[in-house]
Amino acid sequence: MHTPDSNLPIAFEQASVIANGVTILDRVSLSLGHGAPTVLIGPNGSGKTTFLKLAMGLITPSSGRISWGTHGNGRLEQRAIVFQHPTMLRRSAASNVRYALNAARIPRKQQQARVDELLALVGLAALGDRPARRMSGGEQKRLALARALARDPTVLFLDEPTASLDPAGARAFEDVIRTVVSRNIKVVMATHDLGEAKRLAGEIVVLHRGRVLETSPAAVFFDSPKTSEAKRFISGELLA
Amino acid sequence: MPDHASAFDLLLSGDPALFAIVALSLAVSLSAVFVGTIIGIPLGALIALTRFPGREAVIVVLNAMMGLPPVLVGLAIFLALSHSGPLGFLGLLFTPQAMVVAQGVLVLPIIAAIARQTIEDLWGEYRDELTAMRVGALGCVWTLIWDARFSLVTAVLAGFGRAAAEVGAIIIVGGNIQGFTRTMTTSIALETSKGDLSLAIGLGIVLVAIIVSINALAWLARRAGERLAG
Repeated sequence: MHTPDSNLPIAFEQASVIANGVTILDRVSLSLGHGAPTVLIGPNGSGKTTFLKLAMGLITPSSGRISWGTHGNGRLEQRAIVFQHPTMLRRSAASNVRYALNAARIPRKQQQARVDELLALVGLAALGDRPARRMSGGEQKRLALARALARDPTVLFLDEPTASLDPAGARAFEDVIRTVVSRNIKVVMATHDLGEAKRLAGEIVVLHRGRVLETSPAAVFFDSPKTSEAKRFISGELLA
Repeated sequence: MPDHASAFDLLLSGDPALFAIVALSLAVSLSAVFVGTIIGIPLGALIALTRFPGREAVIVVLNAMMGLPPVLVGLAIFLALSHSGPLGFLGLLFTPQAMVVAQGVLVLPIIAAIARQTIEDLWGEYRDELTAMRVGALGCVWTLIWDARFSLVTAVLAGFGRAAAEVGAIIIVGGNIQGFTRTMTTSIALETSKGDLSLAIGLGIVLVAIIVSINALAWLARRAGERLAG
């Protein structure tokens, strides 16, 4: 079990990201705190992936600022991300996890036990020797999660973690997310899947055209969304 | 076809002079490829992963150097190593070492240019993951070289092909001295000009057999490696 660290809250203050003259995130201000998962929802191109990369610290805002922790000194090393299309290194599943442990400077003596533990956590204990690139899409996603957890993060970002998985694969991944949450790791994830958002979210953030339209506790959001765009999104309408 | 028959007779006779030529050829070409590999791959990785003013020009020049004319390289190295040249004090002219230098100069751009492209492509794929895992610059270079190793074999093979088939540069800097700097390709050129086609054909057969064997071995190693590593 983790004790909450100095990475939370993650505070966005008028943060914008502009690339090649296109505004991807537009003056986002919100705070992500401890507790149940925060789920970002919104149509394609709404800025969810950029939001996650910004929150992870992989990119810097074009304007505004973002800070991690009460004193703004959160440690980068304690954040991890699973990308929508994770890249598997050309080695076995176990070696992929071991690589992440090396990168996180976990002592060599502890690595084998951690590899075994992490592969078991994501349900891949029997596949440690399999070349990672030969695994199914669902297995690769779970392996990417094991790799992300190698650095023992206190905040975990997941970008469309169950996109392109079949129902069984998605259910298996959601189960692992619940286990991660039970270890007091703050999960911030983007998804298109409203059912998944309902099942996992403690808080919903609706993004549209790079702007945060609304932020609400999940139960409140699904009962009575505040904005017309959110209502339309929930009812399955296409947002332009 | 008396020349072909004589060529096979020569090969089967185990002529020590012929095998000395084959051994020297392999020693020179493999040494040049070794030097080209240990310099060319890190150089390719460095260019692939760094951004600096004039980088595009460097890439264009590197790619263009893959087509360096061997006789020109031979001439430049001859001038550098000759008694009045800047490296004349080394006393390397007309030695196998000078031939290694000449072939190394020809092989290096081939390996570096192919490695640069291969590693840059893989970096596009790995960048986000390695950045998210906080892998340092040297760690990234090593990871990319390791994970691209099966593709980099192609770069090394291309370099070996260039070195093994090369004649123009080594004949200038090596002098084609019998029993000292005479290789398969320089012998083929010499014997053909003398009209001794049986030796030329025999050496040609050996040269092709070596190139095919090394490529076959590399292909098998690559297949086995890919099966194990994915």
